[in-house]
Amino acid sequence: MTLLEEPDFGTPPKAGAPTVTVDVDGLPVVVPPGTSVLRAAAQAGVDIPKLCATDSLEAFGSCRLCVVEIDGRRGTPASCTTPVDDGMRIRTQSPHLERLRRGVMELYISDHPLDCLTCPANGDCELQDMAGEVGLREVRYGYEGENHLDAPTDTSNPYFDFDESKCIACSRCVRACDEVQGTFALTIANRGFASKVAPGPTSFLESECVSCGACVQACPTATLQEKSVVELGMPSRTVITTCAYCGVGCSFKAELRGTELVRMVPHKDGGANEGHSCVKGRFAFGYATHPDRVLSPMVRDSITEPWREVSWEEAIGTVARGFRSLQERYGAGSIGAISSSRCTNEEVWVVQKMVRAAFGNNNIDTCARVCHSPTGYGLKQTFGESAGTQDFKSVALADVIMVIGANPTDGHPVFASRMKRRLREGAQLIVVDPRRIDLVRSPHIEAAHHLQLRPGTNVAIVNALAHVVVTEGLVADDFVAARCEGYEEWATFIASPENSPEAVEGVTGVPATTVRAAARLYASAGNGAIYYGLGVTEHSQGSTMVMGLANLAMATGNVGRDGVGVNPLRGQNNVQGSCDMGSFPHELPGYRHVSDDVVRGLFESQWGTSILPEPGLRIPNMFDAAIDGSFRGLFVHGEDIAQSDPNLQHVTAALASMELVVVQDLFLNETAKFAHVFLPGASFLEKDGTFTNAERRINRVRAVMPPKTGKSEWEIVCEIATAMGYPMAYSHPSEIMDEIASMTPTFAGVSFEALDKLGSIQWPCNAQAPSGTPVMHVDEFVRGRGKFVRTAFVATEEQTTRRFPLVLTTGRILSQYNVGAQTRRTGNVAWHPEDLLEIHPHDASERGITDGALVTLASRVGETTLRATVSDRMPVGVVYTTFHHPVTGANVVTTEHSDWATNCPEYKVTAVQVALAAPVPAGVD
Amino acid sequence: MAAGHGRAPAERRMVNDIARQLGYLPAEEAAEAIAGHVRRFWDPRMRARLFALVDDGADGLDPLAVAAAARLRPQ
Repeated sequence: MTLLEEPDFGTPPKAGAPTVTVDVDGLPVVVPPGTSVLRAAAQAGVDIPKLCATDSLEAFGSCRLCVVEIDGRRGTPASCTTPVDDGMRIRTQSPHLERLRRGVMELYISDHPLDCLTCPANGDCELQDMAGEVGLREVRYGYEGENHLDAPTDTSNPYFDFDESKCIACSRCVRACDEVQGTFALTIANRGFASKVAPGPTSFLESECVSCGACVQACPTATLQEKSVVELGMPSRTVITTCAYCGVGCSFKAELRGTELVRMVPHKDGGANEGHSCVKGRFAFGYATHPDRVLSPMVRDSITEPWREVSWEEAIGTVARGFRSLQERYGAGSIGAISSSRCTNEEVWVVQKMVRAAFGNNNIDTCARVCHSPTGYGLKQTFGESAGTQDFKSVALADVIMVIGANPTDGHPVFASRMKRRLREGAQLIVVDPRRIDLVRSPHIEAAHHLQLRPGTNVAIVNALAHVVVTEGLVADDFVAARCEGYEEWATFIASPENSPEAVEGVTGVPATTVRAAARLYASAGNGAIYYGLGVTEHSQGSTMVMGLANLAMATGNVGRDGVGVNPLRGQNNVQGSCDMGSFPHELPGYRHVSDDVVRGLFESQWGTSILPEPGLRIPNMFDAAIDGSFRGLFVHGEDIAQSDPNLQHVTAALASMELVVVQDLFLNETAKFAHVFLPGASFLEKDGTFTNAERRINRVRAVMPPKTGKSEWEIVCEIATAMGYPMAYSHPSEIMDEIASMTPTFAGVSFEALDKLGSIQWPCNAQAPSGTPVMHVDEFVRGRGKFVRTAFVATEEQTTRRFPLVLTTGRILSQYNVGAQTRRTGNVAWHPEDLLEIHPHDASERGITDGALVTLASRVGETTLRATVSDRMPVGVVYTTFHHPVTGANVVTTEHSDWATNCPEYKVTAVQVALAAPVPAGVD
Repeated sequence: MAAGHGRAPAERRMVNDIARQLGYLPAEEAAEAIAGHVRRFWDPRMRARLFALVDDGADGLDPLAVAAAARLRPQ
């Protein structure tokens, strides 16, 4: 494929039917009302010269290059700011217009470096293009006058340069930061000739810029330019693929020179991101070619021995013989596997198939266990399907947005930009979070209510919100009567006095008046939308809380149309997909229980083997069984459980007690320290398959380069299964998807061919919905009637004590991703070189802790050391840290407590103590 | 018993957690619901450990969990 250049229509599209007919240079075109003349012309196939306009931004009208003549109108209006009128006749070319445009370009070029041949944007510069388009042949003003040619270049950002000398002050970067990203980090400083783009009074790196790349994308010159382009030159071909970081699942154009990846550019046609990106997806791909990557299989007899490189044949044989030997000695259930939410659907499918068919058990689990397993349980119980209800676009129609236990600007930044845009348009915001996350108050956004609850009291809050809805007559009676069941019993429970905001105020710490106001706001919204994250699921009542949110949405009628819904913001890129693909030990693909004889019979018939009707072990159960001695071998596919899972002392003891641990990963991660076989994996840039994002959108992942290890991960898994005596063979991952579709009703209409044709598909995709299903539960719930479930608040067993008086809650930040295996090997370390402990000034002062001080963080299960950052966005009594760095090992202190229904760890509540670390004695490193 | 590192047996903690969540139901219904949840989500060896805990005196087990175990035990 050659370089894909997407059309730029100059201004954004307008909603509505095309009812306005205009004539552009004799060409008729019909467009929706409100469309700009510039866009209408582009749709007619007529490109009007432009510089300050681009279709990701509202019209600005500053460059005066897009001037046109319109019959019956005086002068030469800018086509970008002029809306169409029915019957309008427009001329885009005339001697007068040409003279005007050349005059504009002369002025621009008179103060622009004439180094086109050596400029990194040579061939991709709109200024250069426009000079050619308007026929500029001379600059009458000369180049000797006052100019900006000696303006400095800011190279502080790890990924792009800001060469001020090339800036034409078109404001596209400033507007992209405002309108697309919503950070407002850039401005035009000064006035008149001194006007210049500035990231505030500081460098880009030190500024509030979040390096999303929107400004670089918008810049029409080489002013904001990727360092990789400066270094490598312009790319020459494009492969469209999907980001492998968070659950937003952005589409990207991977742009290459030969086989070398030059840059990742967000794809305008990407359904999830529509041309936007964040710092991770846009820039942090360098880990894929990092020298730390292991490219050859390795084995060792014990974890104290050094690794020995071996052939693929020997490695696969070692795995197969080792697993079979364990089964012969300890039973069929003595081995299992953990599939990865970072891997493709096709890879996950073959891993769970290997476990069920080759291992002959159901000991398959996925890292969703430790993040969104309560979502699967809770939404299945209430709505009938283990998935979010909306597409991301839906937020644009929300009137009230409730964000609970999620920090979208850090965790799901591209979706956060959509949400912030809607909030700037006037939607109301309710934030339920112990921390004052950025969304609570940021440029042009302020939450109507921030319910700053104590960690561990989610269910008390959601019950109190529902109590107000029920007792104040805010229930959507018609919706409930027509579409739900179990309401009366639930309403009686929720209306009882112990669930009132006043009754739970002492437990939650949230004033009853605030809860009542928030409930009224949400319930009375035309469209009320709930977005939640791991702050909901990673609790001892994670599943209960998910059901509580579903209850609240049903009671207020906020399910089944655009602008509403219950929306989990999934952590990793393919959490949804890995769950869909049957990675849970109790469910076959499509969330069907293993005890279902009909479904099991289908799989047994297709796969030619018998499948156990009993659930297998979940991840924490595997650890317990390993220490118990009944579980001896584990295949870990693309996860670092020795860093990401709770109570690491227990995890590592379990790993150390196993006889065969097989790790497949890009790097020798923390888990690999306990492995006997290491199988090198492929980065997402080397994969061919699909990811399914948080909105159930199945996107193609296309190989940008061949696997550096010589094998695809699905091939390796198939070879292990085959070596164990269960032949598994596919000639292409599309065949795996065909098998998925043939056995999973929600994927029935999905194929690589359909995906290539449609771009992406949101499941369910079947005969009734051949193009997919953006919004679920429209006419009825998947289970028929939505089910109200009683959600009694039960306090966690993890309580603060005199010895451990603070509550630790964990999370992640924008620039790093989970255990950091990828992002720590990129320029993103510039923003987050170490995990920090956020602590309220009062708690810090009581302990003599100052900003930057080294502190110990101890719980009843472990202790670690890290630096403190004193912050009043923490409430008193609560501390916070991330788990991106193995040196810190934040999960050394998290405990064995977990969600009652799914065993999802209670990462969000750990009783801890914080103290100043003992000073290092002089002379000791 | 799956314990280690001074921890209570995992199955005891887990079944007690389930019992605390479903304890709002009448006792018979609660025991049935707990049994149903365990049957649906627990590996058979975990159920066997639960039976062993009961046989070992049911120390620290919620009475509803004990009643659930009785329903789960193969007849």
